[in-house]
Amino acid sequence: MVEVHLWSGLRRFVEGRDTIHVQAKTVGEVFDAIKADYPALRPVLDAGVSISVDGQIIVAGRHEPIRDDSEVFLLQKLKGG
Amino acid sequence: MTKIHITTTVNGDDAEFLCDPRETLLDCLRDELRLTGAKEGCGTGDCGACSVTLDGRLVCSCLVLGVEAQGKEITTIEGMADGDTLHPLQQKFIEHAALQCGICTPGILVATKALLEKNPDPTETEVRYWLAGNLCRCTGYDKIIRAVMDTAADLREAS
Amino acid sequence: MALDSKTTEFKYIGTRPNRPDGLDKVTGKALYGADTFAPGMLHGVIVRSPHAHAKILKIDASKAMAMKGVKAIVTRADFASDLEGDDWDLLENVMAGDKALYDGHAVAAVAATSQLLARDAAKLIDVTYEVLPHVTNVDEAMKPDAPVIREGAANYSVPEGMHPNVVRHTEFGHGDVEAGFAQADLVLEKSYTTEAVHQGYIEPHACLAQMGADGRGELWCCTQGHWFVRRMCASLLGIETANLRVTASEIGGGFGGKTTVFIDPVALALSRKANRPVKIVMSRSDVLRATGPTASASMDIKMGMTKDGRITAASGVFRLQGGAFPQAPIETTTMCAFACYDVANVHHVGFDVMSNRPKQAAYRAPGAPMGAFAAESMIDELCRELNLDPLDVRLKNAAKEGTKASYGPTYPRIGLVETLEAAKAHPHYQAPLKDNQGRGVASGYWMNWGGETSVSLAISEDGTAQVSVGTPDIGGSRASMALMAAETLGIPYENVRVNVVDTGALGVNEPTHGSRATYATGLATIQAAREAITKLCKRAADKWGIDADAVVWEDGCAKPSGPNAGEFPPLSIGEIAAEMGSTGGPISGHFEATPNGHGGSFGTHIVDVEVDKETGHTSVVRYTVVQDAGKAIHPAYVEGQFQGGAAQGIGWALNEEYIYGSDGRLQNTVFLDYRIPVASDLPMIDTVIVEVPNPGHPYGVRGVGETGITPPLPALANAVAAATGVRLRGLPLSPPKILAALQSKSDG
Repeated sequence: MVEVHLWSGLRRFVEGRDTIHVQAKTVGEVFDAIKADYPALRPVLDAGVSISVDGQIIVAGRHEPIRDDSEVFLLQKLKGG
Repeated sequence: MTKIHITTTVNGDDAEFLCDPRETLLDCLRDELRLTGAKEGCGTGDCGACSVTLDGRLVCSCLVLGVEAQGKEITTIEGMADGDTLHPLQQKFIEHAALQCGICTPGILVATKALLEKNPDPTETEVRYWLAGNLCRCTGYDKIIRAVMDTAADLREAS
Repeated sequence: MALDSKTTEFKYIGTRPNRPDGLDKVTGKALYGADTFAPGMLHGVIVRSPHAHAKILKIDASKAMAMKGVKAIVTRADFASDLEGDDWDLLENVMAGDKALYDGHAVAAVAATSQLLARDAAKLIDVTYEVLPHVTNVDEAMKPDAPVIREGAANYSVPEGMHPNVVRHTEFGHGDVEAGFAQADLVLEKSYTTEAVHQGYIEPHACLAQMGADGRGELWCCTQGHWFVRRMCASLLGIETANLRVTASEIGGGFGGKTTVFIDPVALALSRKANRPVKIVMSRSDVLRATGPTASASMDIKMGMTKDGRITAASGVFRLQGGAFPQAPIETTTMCAFACYDVANVHHVGFDVMSNRPKQAAYRAPGAPMGAFAAESMIDELCRELNLDPLDVRLKNAAKEGTKASYGPTYPRIGLVETLEAAKAHPHYQAPLKDNQGRGVASGYWMNWGGETSVSLAISEDGTAQVSVGTPDIGGSRASMALMAAETLGIPYENVRVNVVDTGALGVNEPTHGSRATYATGLATIQAAREAITKLCKRAADKWGIDADAVVWEDGCAKPSGPNAGEFPPLSIGEIAAEMGSTGGPISGHFEATPNGHGGSFGTHIVDVEVDKETGHTSVVRYTVVQDAGKAIHPAYVEGQFQGGAAQGIGWALNEEYIYGSDGRLQNTVFLDYRIPVASDLPMIDTVIVEVPNPGHPYGVRGVGETGITPPLPALANAVAAATGVRLRGLPLSPPKILAALQSKSDG
């Protein structure tokens, strides 16, 4: 299982937790698993999020690999300038 | 509205065009003569991107009417190089990376050439104040000022 | 794509050759947005709302349409009617629907046979408005009695009970800030504001559109990203994306403001209706009133520090108004505010608030300068009260590899400490100051960007290479791409030609934005060159009758990898290319991907100011930028980015601001009144390039464009405080504000 850290604005959607655990081998699978396992977070993902894997901010890339021990943070959707 | 026939000299060549009395010299250069090197950044004489010389005097061509060009001599950025040979300022601007986007560059080159003809040995402060009417948003002016000072030094040595 | 450990010595990278487009740009030949013409071309002019907030009751274009030479008039009805979400917002901004939402909002457009005629016709388009109450200030827009810009615009994130103008909300952090404040020897809590400013590119938006009755279109425009333009225009016009071909002109500055569309869909709609080419060129006042300035911000910061300078806790509330639409950059404002520091207890709250102003657009590190102004001013206030050196305090708290970032994740290799050490060692930091002078320092961060990227590199018959890229060259990027291609292929810089090609010639590319071009397009260029090299080696191997694995590429030649591979004289790229048509066909390399290895860039600035206590005027007397570039491909253009970012930040700090009257109209719509720094305002801007290689790029590149605008805002405020003993917590640090502050201090 991959531990996914949430920003605190999301805790109210998951009974106050600041992390959730999902089965995933890629960034895309993390998003899919969150939507399936935590339907309350679906509007958050639909509105768009970014993700950080082992300190690297990933703006777009469902294919990017994730290990069970990867450090994963959901971040708000970032836009370029 | 009836257009007015204007006969003038641009970069040493005879030129003529028809212009509406409301049109600026900049519009006439760009739209009638298709000399698009002078740019419109503001239309109010604040940015200097449209700098040309009119009978040797540096002007913002957005503040001059097209009809005022009658019988005058105009020089624009297109007339700055001598055939294949760039003016030393043009060469130094490239070497010093004194342009980023390049939109202000024609106006700054025309303005700077006018400065060096008046004052071949300007101080940094004099260059900065002379160019205070030529806005550049990319460079912070540092490399522009260096390119101008370097060119001025070279031209003094050569003369 | 990881850092290439073998490539530590470079032949071309790090040199300063002349840029390939230099000649065109110093002779006036380069063609920008307004510099092209088409046979039968019409001129378009846009009718704009004079009201900050008004219902559009009726648009009567009959008098204008009756004018000889007027060929088309468009309103909202001429655009797609089935849009949702971001696309609907975009269209609503490009052409108002039921309401005008800000002074300058487009409500109609006309195309005629001359510019003057089109202007006259625009004046005859009669729009009937019902004026509504308006609000332009972020704090006012959140109050319970504020006029509602649009009901139902808020998304899931906004807690219940907030005003409908609050459309997005964020909250994040870690640790226990209350416990952290309890550990501090000094806790300060202050409020800060920054005003909206404009990117101020010297080239107003301009385009030339042609659209036929068959739904196929051609668009020439100045943009940072023509694939973005293509997607947006196709959506707003309801046409298929591939049927629109967009060519990017040379671009006269963008800084984020040319990553979206304003006039392009309007020109296409006029062209579609008139069946003739239509050119639209914005005036400067159009640009200031109706393109995208930044958000303005109102922020509350609380920070605790121990006597020896350890930050124990930090919290911030950041309220941003981004105009009459969602998307003020609260994410980056909050994420970047404390990102320079290792703070165990940190908390951020952000509000995205709508008001009757134009839709904000990206501007160089969008969002970051506001947060940095508040956070870095606060650190300076703590340092002054505790009598600590501001660089020592920053070094003590600096984030480094392994630090938990203020926004959560653990940092990979970053270069903040190196910039702080270089700043401390710089002679500027020790130089004596004169009377009325003060020195300020500040650091800043931008996370940078990868993004969708396509590059194609083709070998010519004589062994030269052409690189097709999709990221417009705003500041010398052709030179950087040519250097990376030359380095990889082992051929001279002059033998590489880099072309910015149109949307019909390459796969999708994100704009030149987010400090991504040298990183992502550069990485793609290197990869494309490596693919071409593989093919070149294969041709040599075939010729020699050996395995392709037994061929290496060195100095622009294929060579046997060692004695076991066989004895063959090297085959140069020119020799292989000369016969490529008969040895298997043309040789090209491609790269299409969304690289995600962009490393963040940190910077530290030092500034000395002199404040005239009689006029309140601030002069910048010395300025030094220190920033991590990872690896500087063309150092002159890296320095140029540092200097340009600093100059824009200085403008934001000292002069620039959007000033709205009580009528909701923008008061300063020309450059005389919206005053950006001129040559006589600035000193030389010294630069120090720090190089901490980015592990995510083969040559170690980090984007450098954006970080540089972040530190100047607080650095200037800190310097003014040092020079005068008064602290200004609202930008700009304009003479009247400084005078008033000095007066109240002496009254004090």
